[in-house]
Amino acid sequence: MIRFTLVSLLLLCAIAPFAVAKEAQSTSGDDPAVEQRLKNLSQQLRCLVCQNETLADSQAFLAEDLRREIREQIIAGKSDKEIIEFLTARYGQFILYRPRVTPTTYLLWFGPFVLLLGGLWILFNYIKHRRDSLQEKPLSADEHRRAEELLASNSGKETT
Amino acid sequence: MIKYLIPLGIFLVLVVFLAIGLGRDPHEVPSPLINKAAPTFRLPQLKDPSKTFSAEDMRGKVWVLNVWASWCISCRDEHPLLIEYAKTRAVPIYGLNWKDSREDAVAWLDELGDPYVLSVADTDGRIAIDYGVYGAPETYLIDQSGTIRFKQIGPVAPDVWSNKILPLVQELNRQGTSK
Repeated sequence: MIRFTLVSLLLLCAIAPFAVAKEAQSTSGDDPAVEQRLKNLSQQLRCLVCQNETLADSQAFLAEDLRREIREQIIAGKSDKEIIEFLTARYGQFILYRPRVTPTTYLLWFGPFVLLLGGLWILFNYIKHRRDSLQEKPLSADEHRRAEELLASNSGKETT
Repeated sequence: MIKYLIPLGIFLVLVVFLAIGLGRDPHEVPSPLINKAAPTFRLPQLKDPSKTFSAEDMRGKVWVLNVWASWCISCRDEHPLLIEYAKTRAVPIYGLNWKDSREDAVAWLDELGDPYVLSVADTDGRIAIDYGVYGAPETYLIDQSGTIRFKQIGPVAPDVWSNKILPLVQELNRQGTSK
């Protein structure tokens, strides 16, 4: 099983450069400005087939279709915002790698900062508490006497 | 005592969230098209390319649009089910043949049977993009006014058909006749 996995991985590695080369070929000769915008846009978008790849990286044929669609819309003069609107109307917000700030995503966007502030608050309280407990306080007369007693009895034991 | 219960509480909350997360199928992305107008199209019919079919032709009817392709493995699993569903004549099923070659698609239907009233050929996948298709098979239930009422991603299992699609079809048909 492990050997099979290794062999398939090696095969994949061997094939990958060709796949990239093919993609590069099919887009060469086009307007570089359009390609640059396509690249920027598709890096912000998720391939729905593989889900953990951007539209720019994916070799799934749906991703190829969507890149074609985006390229055509760029050439037709659509703005990035219009193109993203077009895609979210069809595929939902899931296609966006950078989720929009809406009430449903507040926790996602601001949760980490809330955690950070909470952590800072706990840290601050802990340090304050520790500093208070470490501060040297002068001994009261009573404590002083007890300390003297203890020292005296201790030294007395050692000498005997 | 409470000091020790707080981490345990946080842990339990995490476990609940993770359990919910693991129970979900990440491939089921909710479609923004539910309760929106079904995108219009006019495409050549698969078996007779000289004729076209449009979503507009189905105005006033409740119908099912099933996205399929001969290269799609899950479609092959779903196919015998579709044939069963079509036999009941509960609702007409139309096919959107997605990014397929005509020969392969027709051969597939000849081999496995044809549950569709007709199929249209979306050879370059443009209409599929309008419908937000990302993994065949996908199935849409469209009402009399041309609104998408339900979408199934992946094969339509018998329980989905009888518990979700059929009740909706009956309800829509009832509403349609009472108007």
